[in-house]
Parts: sequence; C-alpha cells; structure tokens
Amino acid sequence: MTTDIAAPEAPEAPRPTVSLDGRSGGRKAKNTLATVLVWAAFLLALVPLVWIMWTVLGRGFHVLLSATWWQKDQSGALPPGFDTNVRGMRHALVGTLLMSLLTTVIAVPIAILTAIYLVEYGRGRVARVVSFMVDILSGIPSIVAALFIFAAWVTTFGLKIIPACASLALAMLMIPVVTRSTEEMLKLVPNELREASYALGVPKWKTIVRIVLPTSFSGIVTGVLLGFSRVAGETAPLLLLAAYTPYLNENLFSGSMAALPTLINNQFLSINDPISGQRVWGAACTLILLVLVINLLGRLVGRLAKVKR
Amino acid sequence: MAKRIDVKDLDIFYGDFKAVEGVTMSVEPRSVTAFIGPSGCGKSTVLRTLNRMHEVIPGGRVEGKVLLDDQDLYAPTVDPVAVRRTVGMVFQRPNPFPTMSIKDNVAAGLKLNGVRNAKILDEVVERSLRGANLWNEVKDRLNKPGAGLSGGQQQRLCIARAIAVEPQVLLMDEPCSALDPISTLAIEELVHALKDRFTVVIVTHNMQQAARVSDRTAFFNLKATGQPGHLVEIDDTQTIFSNPTVSATEDYISGRFG
Repeated sequence: MTTDIAAPEAPEAPRPTVSLDGRSGGRKAKNTLATVLVWAAFLLALVPLVWIMWTVLGRGFHVLLSATWWQKDQSGALPPGFDTNVRGMRHALVGTLLMSLLTTVIAVPIAILTAIYLVEYGRGRVARVVSFMVDILSGIPSIVAALFIFAAWVTTFGLKIIPACASLALAMLMIPVVTRSTEEMLKLVPNELREASYALGVPKWKTIVRIVLPTSFSGIVTGVLLGFSRVAGETAPLLLLAAYTPYLNENLFSGSMAALPTLINNQFLSINDPISGQRVWGAACTLILLVLVINLLGRLVGRLAKVKR
Repeated sequence: MAKRIDVKDLDIFYGDFKAVEGVTMSVEPRSVTAFIGPSGCGKSTVLRTLNRMHEVIPGGRVEGKVLLDDQDLYAPTVDPVAVRRTVGMVFQRPNPFPTMSIKDNVAAGLKLNGVRNAKILDEVVERSLRGANLWNEVKDRLNKPGAGLSGGQQQRLCIARAIAVEPQVLLMDEPCSALDPISTLAIEELVHALKDRFTVVIVTHNMQQAARVSDRTAFFNLKATGQPGHLVEIDDTQTIFSNPTVSATEDYISGRFG
C-alpha cells in the first residue's frame, strides 16, 4: 500500500504566520454591537409590560384589599356621582369563571380530538382541509363569532339569549388556539415511542391514549390554560351575548351574567367618577391576577405530570 | 415457543418505489439469523415486514408471503396487532417510555393489553429483567424512571420489555449501533442466551458481530442507488464468512466492494 501514493512533487508553499492571541478588533466590535442591540430590544419589549403592570397595580391593587370587593356584587349601586361605596365584583368574577369554564369544557375535547386527528390519523385532502379550517377559525374576529352564535341561536332556532351563548362564541375562539398548541405538542412525541408501543402489540388508539397523550400531557395543559386566559379576557362576545348585570347570577342557562371585562366596560362610561374609576382598575387588576393564578396552576399541574428523570 | 419464518417472493414498496425485490428465505426456530449488507439495501425494511411494522409508515406495503409456522402473516384475516404480539421488536435507538418507571416499562406490553394482576406483573417484570441481564443492576430502583438508565441499560430494558410479552420471534434492528463496546458485549451475550427460547433475527452493520452471534447469515445488496435491494444469499454463518457461494458476498465481507 505504501508504494501507491506518490509524494507531492511541488515544494510546500510558505504558510502565513497565524497569530492566536486575542480576537481581531473588527469582530470584537461587531460582537459588542450585537450584544447591545439584543439587550436594547429586550428592554424595549419589557417597557410596555412593566408600564401596564405599574398602571394597573398602582391604580387598582388597593381595591383588592377590601373584603367587600370579593364578597359583594354591585346591587344597590347608585348612579355615578351619587354612590360613595365601591361595592364588590363577586358577580363578575363568578360570571367570568363560569363562562370560561363552560367554554373550556366545550372547546377542549373538540380541540384535542382535532389535534389527534391531524397528527395521528389525518392524511391527504381531508386533513389539509381540516387544518385550513383551523387556520380560518383562528383568524375570525371575536365579534364575528358572537354574531354567528347570535344568528344561529336567535334567528335560526328562535331561542332566548342565555349566558351559555357567550361560552359557545368563546369556544369558537378557544378551539383553534388549543388545537394548534396540542398539535405542536403531539408532534414533539418521538415516533420511536409509537413504534415501540406498536411492536408490543398495542393497538393504535391505545398507543395514543396511554403513550402519546401522557408524554405530551404537560404541554397540552399549558396550551389549554393559555386558551383559558385568552378567553377570560375576551370582551366582544360578552357585550353581544351576556349583557352586564349588577347582580350575581350563578345559572349559565338563564338571565344575564356579568363578567370582569363587561364590568370594566360598564363602569368605564363614568370613569371620571372616582368610585367608578376604582371599580374599573380593581376589575382590571382582578383579571390580571386571575390569569396569573391560572398560569401558576398550569405550571404546577405540568410539573406534577412532568416526564420523570 | 419459538417458530420458524418462511418468506416467499416478497416485494416491499414505499408508495410506488420498490425498495426490496424477490426475497425468499427461511429463518430457523431457536437460532440467531443475522442480516448484513450495505446501507440502503433493505435489510431493516425486510426485518420490519416480519412483524408488519413496515406498513406503519405511510405508503408502506408488501407483495408476497411471510409464513410464521405455515400461517401467512399477510392473509386478509390476520390482525397486524396480533402479529406484533407474537413477533417482538427491539429498535436501533433505546426507546423506553419516558413517562414510565423501569417496572412499568417492562410491564407495559402486558398492562396495555389488559393484564392487571399485580402478582403476575411482578413475576413477569423480574423474569424479563433477569432474562435481559438487567435485574441485578435495577432491582433496587424499579420505581425510578427508565430514562435515567445508561444507554446500554436502556437497550436491555427495551429487550426486557419486548420479551415480557413472550413473543415467538424477536427482531432486533441494529440494537448495538448506539452503544459502546462494553454494552455491546452485554447485548451480544444476551442474544446468545435468548436463542434458547426465541427465534432471533438481528440486523447489523458490524460483520464481526454477525460472525460472533449468529448461526445463519443473510447477505443483502443493491445493484445501484435507486434500484431495489435484494437477498444475495443466506447460509450458515460459518459458510458465509469462509466460503460464500456468491462472489459479491465475499467482496463485501472482505472489504472489496464498490
């Protein structure tokens, strides 16, 4: 083998001397510039967030400290300018929770089953159409979703508007959010796990239920809670389908029901009145707190079910 | 327990692409058969048709027959899920279920198929882990997650999981290619022990490994890229490595190819 390879005939060209000490000045400057730009962008993105928190907490947090705020509704409230009590937002908090929960109960099964279909079963044209529909649904303005439910519920079926109608409209907004996030989580499950399960003689549906879903559980929960947060702060469908009322209503299927966003909207009409102002900022603060609590809860659930190491 | 496999005129397709052509061979019960050949020649594809895993891939289909003790695996009445309970498989990369403990991983095949009895499950877990030479290393941490083991241990865990459902045949798709030499040795010794109870088919890129572990060796090749792969010959491992019938086999084994 040694004789086959001919030695190179040309003499080796002199190599340039390479300096190993220190990075070149130009590259160092570019690095510094990029670092500064990245940090500046980060701080700029932080400005609105901090500002919002500052404003809302500064104006509304003291309202949350009163027990009445959590215990009472707005019954007995006098017209703006005459009332001297802030009173409570229990009716709105209960309304928001009930309507958002019903929305979740309607939307999550549909969304998760759609995501399972798209990732595990969907092939060809039908899957493309379904995926496209989900995209369209996520682009629908919330007020249009509310109008659609109004048209179907009242015009077509001739029924009376109830708070659950708002949940139906909100479900239309929640389905695409949860479908997309669940889809991404299911795609992250390695195919090898599915194959390992099939190779043990486990049917496909059982593989999905017992292997794929548990593996992606925490991600799916996170997606559901993001959807819940989005829905809890949604306003337009409530304005159309769940008229504001100052009284507590715990029945989703009759009467009208208040919610935190509609409470804010209602009191905003007289925001220059200090009492109404406190109600607006207090409700805003409560809404942010609610979303925060939901998110923390989600993280906790996600961590408990986390892939063990 | 162990069954023989007869493959007759098997063509394997991915959609319209014919990946493997005209395979006819038999695999003896209670023996180790190795599949060797260059990358892309279809040895893994053939392996995956033996437990109907090939059709899991979209567009995957076969023509021809695979007989497991005279029962055609591709007969229209046969349930692929039942086939996979009879013919187990170990994959190239260790793939324990990440949400499950060591114990649950081994018991997964039984549990997911409806066995609930804790005593039976415990027995099967211990027997399978002993069978996979892993019991002594993990017996004190059966409830710890399977993903926390080393790569070699994970692969033996996967073997334990596969043999826990008592298959007739065990297919192994390059089970050592992601492992270090010491773990490889452990798996090879295990393969040797497994053939007392199972029919083992192993795909390997490592010819020394084929020579060490197998009783019979099948050599696959392909004429050119884009052409279907085919079975060149199958014979006793001794014969294949010392005196093969086809010169292409000798060229491949001795490193003179291409």
